[in-house]
Amino acid sequence: MEERDDIIEYSLYNHHSEEEGKKQRKKIWKVTLILSIVTAVEVLFGAMVKQGSSMWLTVKVLFIVLTVIKAAYIVLTFMHLGDEKKTLKWIVLLPYLIFMIYLIFIGLTEGAALFPRM
Amino acid sequence: MSGHTSNEMKAEASWGGKASPFSVSYGKLMMWFFLVSDALTFGGFLVAFGLTRYSYGGAWPIGEETFDALPFLSGSYPLAYVALMTFILIISSVTMVLAVEAGHRMDRKGVTKWLFATIIGGLVFIGSQAWEWSHFIHGTKFGRVELSDGSIATAKGKFGEIQSFEVVRPGAHYAGVGTLITNDNITQEDGDLMHAFQHAAAKRKLTGTAGAMMITLHDGTVAKVNKEADQDLQLIVKVPGNDHAVSSAADESTRISEEEGSVSLYYEALSKGNVVYGANLDENEYGPQTYGHFFFFVTGFHGFHVSIGIILNIVIFLNVLKGTYHRRGHYEMVEKGGLYWHFVDLVWVFVFTFFYLI
Repeated sequence: MEERDDIIEYSLYNHHSEEEGKKQRKKIWKVTLILSIVTAVEVLFGAMVKQGSSMWLTVKVLFIVLTVIKAAYIVLTFMHLGDEKKTLKWIVLLPYLIFMIYLIFIGLTEGAALFPRM
Repeated sequence: MSGHTSNEMKAEASWGGKASPFSVSYGKLMMWFFLVSDALTFGGFLVAFGLTRYSYGGAWPIGEETFDALPFLSGSYPLAYVALMTFILIISSVTMVLAVEAGHRMDRKGVTKWLFATIIGGLVFIGSQAWEWSHFIHGTKFGRVELSDGSIATAKGKFGEIQSFEVVRPGAHYAGVGTLITNDNITQEDGDLMHAFQHAAAKRKLTGTAGAMMITLHDGTVAKVNKEADQDLQLIVKVPGNDHAVSSAADESTRISEEEGSVSLYYEALSKGNVVYGANLDENEYGPQTYGHFFFFVTGFHGFHVSIGIILNIVIFLNVLKGTYHRRGHYEMVEKGGLYWHFVDLVWVFVFTFFYLI
């Protein structure tokens, strides 16, 4: 039977040894612990600090910072983007960041003018 | 995790053009491109959500007030349930990355075990979301009322249990003055006592004041409502009227308390039919109509992604059992499925912050 070349499964054969696996698992559990703690802190602040209190603005900024930290751990460690080639890393992150930062900027600028505040 | 992408490439690993851009396989690169586009979609939704929310000011629902219920328990547990959902999804992300790691060691047993755990985690999450949606749609016992001065308020407190309806004027189904209607003998049409009560309130078929209410049931039966008194009924004013200003989320004393007549205000609104229970696409008890739209659309779109992820994981799992990837010599398909699954977790991290926390 002729070999079909349209179903070749390309891979870089990323195998690793038992020791390397042990190191990776340790890192995975470490990140798990970090993500759990950050989530617990978020929930604690969410339940304790009321919206509109004097602390609220600080807590809101804290939520966003913690969320970005969680996102960074998921993308860089769980999705292994941190281990990919630098070029690939930036080809994924840079266009996204440019578009999103622009969108957030325009949302914040125009948001107040779009609707009358109730 | 260093090392695997810098390996010397084998000939069969290169793309059609005999090179492999970024030392990454074709499938993985395309998965990344897809995820970037999908992330832009979700980013657009969340920015639109923030924009809308900002324009509504204080009338917007507050996460810890809206999401404070747990299955099988009454009482207020702010954010506990969504925190649990978040934790479940994070854990299923961890089991996924452990499956990928096992794949790198060609450990078929390990991949099987961790991928199975991931599928279970996904199913538990989607089940939790089903409960949350159901709770959101059915709403609270008090609902949201429009008070006589035109202000709109949600209510907090312990809803006094409805014990029975006592027939005053019999209709087609409930014969005999003085008959006690309970959940045991209520007709299917009326559902249960709580359902009949809320249905009547929304249809202006509930009259009288707290403690002395009359209900008209589906068949025209008029009955007296035997109900325990509510406890600590507080009205949280969301939209101001002539007499009541908006309650501050930071200060419970700005709510209308029992001393300030919350009970009579609330039951006056009920007897006029000025009440909304739960949520649908036309109205919801939590806040503006747009809030309901965003809630259903964004969490629904995320739930749809989770469902797709579960299906992909099941397909990959079956192939692991069959040994497809073992014969192929590598478990990269688990990695690609894993990328998608982590992305679903990533989106939830943001939905959690912007829908529930802020």
